[in-house]
Amino acid sequence: MALLQIAEPGQSAAPHQHKLAAGIDLGTTNSLVATVRSGEAKTLFNQAGQDMVPSVVRYTADKVIVGHAAAADAVLDPHNTIVSVKRLMGRGFAEINADAEHIPYQLVDQSGLVAINTIQGIKNPVEVSAEILATLADTASQTLGGELTGVVITVPAYFDDSQRQATKDAAKLAGLNVLRLLNEPTAAALAYGLDSGQEGVVAVYDLGGGTFDISILRLKRGVFEVLATGGDSALGGDDFDHALVNWLQQQTGQSALSHSELRQYLVTARQIKENLSATEQLDFVLPLASGEFKGQISRSDFDALIQPLVRKTIRACKQVLRDAGLDTEEIQQVVMVGGSTRVPLVRSAVAEFFATEPLTSIDPDKVVAIGAAIQANVLVGNKSDHDTLLLDVIPLSLGLETMGGLVEKIIPRNTVIPVARAQEFTTFKDGQTAMAIHVLQGERELVDACRSLARFNLTNIPAMAAGGAHIRVTFQVDADGLLSVTAQEKSTGVSASIQVKPSYGLSDDQVATMIQSSMLYAKQDMQLRLLKEQQVEAERVLEAVTAALNADAALLTEEEKLNVEQALAELARVKQGDNTAAIKAAIEHTNHITDEFAARRMDMSIRSALQGHKVDEV
Amino acid sequence: MNYFQLFHLPAQFELDLTELGTRYLELQRQFHPDKHAAGSERDKLMAVQQAANINDAYHSLKQPLLRAEHLLALRGLKISNEQRSFMEPAFLMQQMELRELLAEISDAADPEELIDEADQQIQQQKKALLRQLQSALDANTPEHDHQAADIIRKLKFFFKLQQELELLEQQTQD
Repeated sequence: MALLQIAEPGQSAAPHQHKLAAGIDLGTTNSLVATVRSGEAKTLFNQAGQDMVPSVVRYTADKVIVGHAAAADAVLDPHNTIVSVKRLMGRGFAEINADAEHIPYQLVDQSGLVAINTIQGIKNPVEVSAEILATLADTASQTLGGELTGVVITVPAYFDDSQRQATKDAAKLAGLNVLRLLNEPTAAALAYGLDSGQEGVVAVYDLGGGTFDISILRLKRGVFEVLATGGDSALGGDDFDHALVNWLQQQTGQSALSHSELRQYLVTARQIKENLSATEQLDFVLPLASGEFKGQISRSDFDALIQPLVRKTIRACKQVLRDAGLDTEEIQQVVMVGGSTRVPLVRSAVAEFFATEPLTSIDPDKVVAIGAAIQANVLVGNKSDHDTLLLDVIPLSLGLETMGGLVEKIIPRNTVIPVARAQEFTTFKDGQTAMAIHVLQGERELVDACRSLARFNLTNIPAMAAGGAHIRVTFQVDADGLLSVTAQEKSTGVSASIQVKPSYGLSDDQVATMIQSSMLYAKQDMQLRLLKEQQVEAERVLEAVTAALNADAALLTEEEKLNVEQALAELARVKQGDNTAAIKAAIEHTNHITDEFAARRMDMSIRSALQGHKVDEV
Repeated sequence: MNYFQLFHLPAQFELDLTELGTRYLELQRQFHPDKHAAGSERDKLMAVQQAANINDAYHSLKQPLLRAEHLLALRGLKISNEQRSFMEPAFLMQQMELRELLAEISDAADPEELIDEADQQIQQQKKALLRQLQSALDANTPEHDHQAADIIRKLKFFFKLQQELELLEQQTQD
């Protein structure tokens, strides 16, 4: 009866209904959205007919403008036009301010985090990125004729935990359901790998506007295994522009630039860079308040300017090969990703290092979005027979602060994710009930040379003699590369409470407040959205538990089964209403009732997973 | 958790690494979080934990030292995280000599030659100890298990030396 009720048609989505999903490449310079339609992944075009949307957001007194129109205003209104916001994601004010000379808007310190002072008040990078994401999602919903079930958003493989978390927060703020944060090189490999069905070891060299990644992957029968990854999350085509701006300043003799002039120099620098990809010698015009400055530059002048930057990327390639334990001869293909790989010096340096001509058959500006779309289509459940498997790694080591300002590594870089590692701590004072843990990310030995991720305060530790309490702290990194921490006192089994203070991030409460106060949502919308979220989750729980009951009811006693059915019937009933809190409570109740069932099923499936193999003696 | 059981492989030191790799991928194809992305929050969380367990198990069985430690732990002898560092004088002597050899590398006229020499010595010792470890573990008696634990402790020194040597080799190349 209960089962019949929840299986009734119309109450749950038809199992084979095509769900709308998109892949979003949130780039430093440009952003794109793509989706799989009729089995083919393609980028989507907005009403103005563009698929590449400049990652530029302009705040006016009463509006927010995103994309081409905003980019066109960058020189006119530099203070309110945010360009390359990706470089600010998850970063501290002090970290960014060091090279503030190249940022033509006013940065402010928002309790340690970097933010921008605009005509609409202080905006942090998460809010600015949310505007770009919302614009892209809009394009997708309009083109596809419906709301998106979920999105995959790409991030540089070398993004650390704070930068990833900031990206996820931005998606949340934009009202998107994130299926996965996918590393950009992995997305590119997916687009190429599925395209050509090739096997072997490939290197993905991804030089974007503001970030550089190098990843080595092994492709084998649908498995994309990242062997090692490296890079620089603050090195990209933007830096080529900045090198050119310095050179232009030498030519014009203008040493101090106003924000508006700096914008103009950057615009001209970018034009020069792009034109020099196709020509050896270039005459250019730089518009100045005092009139036009006419000059000439050759490609070899430009090459000399960017040579140190390109060399830096090649050094990273060397390191990543070492990490993978491979020689250059073992790399069968090199895939080029990112607009900056159009620069001839970059291409020739990469070709020379790997001793092979790099692949560019998929547009380097679009390949990441296409890969993300392919994965989004799989994750949302449109392709049930797929057998691709992405095994990615953590790009930077995670460690803890120990005595004397040193870092002890808990999870080394290039460890396959998801990963969980536990570490035991003990109290050093009688009756000690609290403990502070400082988590860092980076390769260096000193705390100051690594990036601070968060400080955790463990409280409620049972009072015991010094050394009596053993607290087991588990660090878990999920498939998005995001860290979470849990703690338990071993002898008593008491879970210690954890308070997280992200060093360069927003707390859950701050994100919630931002969502509520956001102009993207009226209050009404907000409540509707929360209700809908819970209804969707209730639907997922109903579907999952019903399927589990149908398959494995034998694992339950009659009484347990009855309890589960009652919980489901109650959840199905509450779901129909509009009481968000009640739905949430019913979900929690159902989860609680079925926890043991889920654990038994997991045990069973693990035991039977390799049943095809002969069971060797143990 | 018994990692050998997880992969349906016999609980012994000698292991078919190709087979281990194949079974690992087979498990991840079923339990990786990407296969549960459309599930409920609880399902997703369980998938993360399960995939993390599988990764950890694979990581531990792939490397001989961790595999040996896991095997001993299954037999009730835990040696990970121990603070014990007592070693026979002859062994410590040998370690000191190798360390001195490593220290000479950065100033040597022909560092390559010294690197090769150190590498050869380390590899030789490692091989011999791994052979001893294998037979001690195969014997599978409490007494042999304690011997095996001692060999693991010694091997740790050599793995560390090898790492340092690799670092030195990189530095001379750069």
